[in-house]
Amino acid sequence: MRNQRIIPAVLILAGICIAQTPDGNALLKKIDENMIARNKIITSRMIIHGRRGSRTIESRSWIQGAEKSFTEYLAPAREKGTKMLKLEDQLWTYTPSADRSIRISGHMLRQSVMGSDLSYEDMMEDPKLENLYDAAVVGEDTCLGRSCWVMELQAKVVDVAYHSRKIWIDKTRYNVLKEERYAKSGKLLKTTVISETMQVEGRWFAKRAVFKDVLNQGKGTEFILESLELDADIPDYIFSKAALRK
Amino acid sequence: MLAFKLAVKNLAGAGLRTWLNAFVLSLAYVVIVWHSGLLEGWNRMARHDMIEWDIGGGEIWFEKYDPYDPFSYQDAHAPVPENWTREVQQGRMTPVLLTTASFYPEGRIQSVLIKGIDPAQSVLKLPADSMRTDEEIVPVMIGKRMADSNHLKKGDYITIRWRDRHGTFDAAEVKIAHIFKANVPTIDNGQIWMPIEQLRQWLKMPGEATYLVLGQNEKPASAEGWTYQGHDRLLAEMDKMIRQKSVGGMILYTLMLLLAMLAIFDTQVFSIFRRQKEIGTQMALGMTRTQVIGLFTIEGAMHGVLAAVMAAVYGIPLLSLQAVRGLKMPEGMDDYGVAVAEKIFPVYSAGLIAGTVVLVMLTTTIVSYWPSRKIAKMKPTDAIRGKLQ
Repeated sequence: MRNQRIIPAVLILAGICIAQTPDGNALLKKIDENMIARNKIITSRMIIHGRRGSRTIESRSWIQGAEKSFTEYLAPAREKGTKMLKLEDQLWTYTPSADRSIRISGHMLRQSVMGSDLSYEDMMEDPKLENLYDAAVVGEDTCLGRSCWVMELQAKVVDVAYHSRKIWIDKTRYNVLKEERYAKSGKLLKTTVISETMQVEGRWFAKRAVFKDVLNQGKGTEFILESLELDADIPDYIFSKAALRK
Repeated sequence: MLAFKLAVKNLAGAGLRTWLNAFVLSLAYVVIVWHSGLLEGWNRMARHDMIEWDIGGGEIWFEKYDPYDPFSYQDAHAPVPENWTREVQQGRMTPVLLTTASFYPEGRIQSVLIKGIDPAQSVLKLPADSMRTDEEIVPVMIGKRMADSNHLKKGDYITIRWRDRHGTFDAAEVKIAHIFKANVPTIDNGQIWMPIEQLRQWLKMPGEATYLVLGQNEKPASAEGWTYQGHDRLLAEMDKMIRQKSVGGMILYTLMLLLAMLAIFDTQVFSIFRRQKEIGTQMALGMTRTQVIGLFTIEGAMHGVLAAVMAAVYGIPLLSLQAVRGLKMPEGMDDYGVAVAEKIFPVYSAGLIAGTVVLVMLTTTIVSYWPSRKIAKMKPTDAIRGKLQ
């Protein structure tokens, strides 16, 4: 008689729990909505921790949606004036010392950006996660003192760089607080750990993060967002090859 | 005959001067033969090793493959044409699939070229059968240069990260099953060899290859999209380098010959100046100017003959010894990108020796004749009196 009361109670409780766990793909959509703006102007610092010390690279980026971006490096003096233009799946770089623009393609896309733990391909990837992955919420955790959903992402398209990912999402702000990227074999390849967030116009972004190539010994690459301007007016000429030489 | 006898007599009379000239000239003989023989030995050895270890009887490339353009690698693969299946099964040609990847020796990221080859192949001398193992972990083999530059040894485990045909990252640990030692850097530097079936599985390219290596004298039927590359093309880089080295050697020969010729020229000028009375007497006794010029020319050219004899006396034992023992090449010669053995055994052909003798004799004769022309302008009466002309 007692069991007859407990079983329905447990079932109801489980039902409530399931109902509270959001749909993974719906969550992905919210993450994308939080991350991707019509236009963004970002000023950032990248601290690359290498074997022989650390280097800090400052840059300013103009980003339009998920397809177009233009980055100009501001410091150090050696990199100053270097520019990078991404138009859909094509990438060009301009080096002032050589006064030449070259298209980064094929094998070169796999190389590291300025010696960091990020490759050009990482930068080229479609930032809209819902276009690339099917997601499932697999648990809860706490990151940066915030309550998070832990989600597992499985590629739904074949031409994606990372077959699976695991991400920690702030339950209410929908920004990623931690990420692990895996090879097809299940081997962990890269991690991103956010240590500080910032709010801009109601959205939450990573202010300070560490990217790390797990297979490589080293402390990784630190990324610091200095300023972020959303939906700013960006003239069209910025996203042209002519802008690289200006 | 008279001119020859007189020439020998005069040369013997000149004493040390003759021997010094002959010695300098003999050095030219020996250096030319030695250097040319060394290059020929290197050429033969490099061709032999390249054929045995790398290119076999020729290669058939997929049309998009360009070994000098790493960007071409990601698209340079296609299924092995069906009309070659029998040759492949019979071991008369072997497919090779390649891709670029990263590996992490001592925690550092390094780019690497992964080449898949059949462990059962016998077309190349590569010890691919060392990758036949029952272990679950993927066995690979690397060359000694690659092992040394990355501090790797047999039995080490390394992580490789690659992308499949769709661009998706994958990674696995592999075990170094064998480290081979070959004189051919093109199969060694920055390369990892692994079983082709495993690589095809990793890259999702079943039955595909980038190029096929042919056995000796194999001439398979042509297939669309695949191009035959013969030894001429595959060894072109090496031939070019040997040619460049030969040009460098020519400068050395020219310098050596110039020194010798300068000495002979000076000797001739000095002789003609000092022996004016003798020239006048010869003319007075009935010798024509041409005969006198001939006498001095033969005398000068005899230096070449003496030098050849002298070169044979010390050169033959010296060069023979080196042909047997070889010449140890300095470390780092591999960086040139062509096959260089630890020791090179010079090859001295009869043609090389005969060619060198003809070259030196001809040059010596010309140099001897040149100052002798002055005799033609001499007046016999003034010459007898020893009057300067």
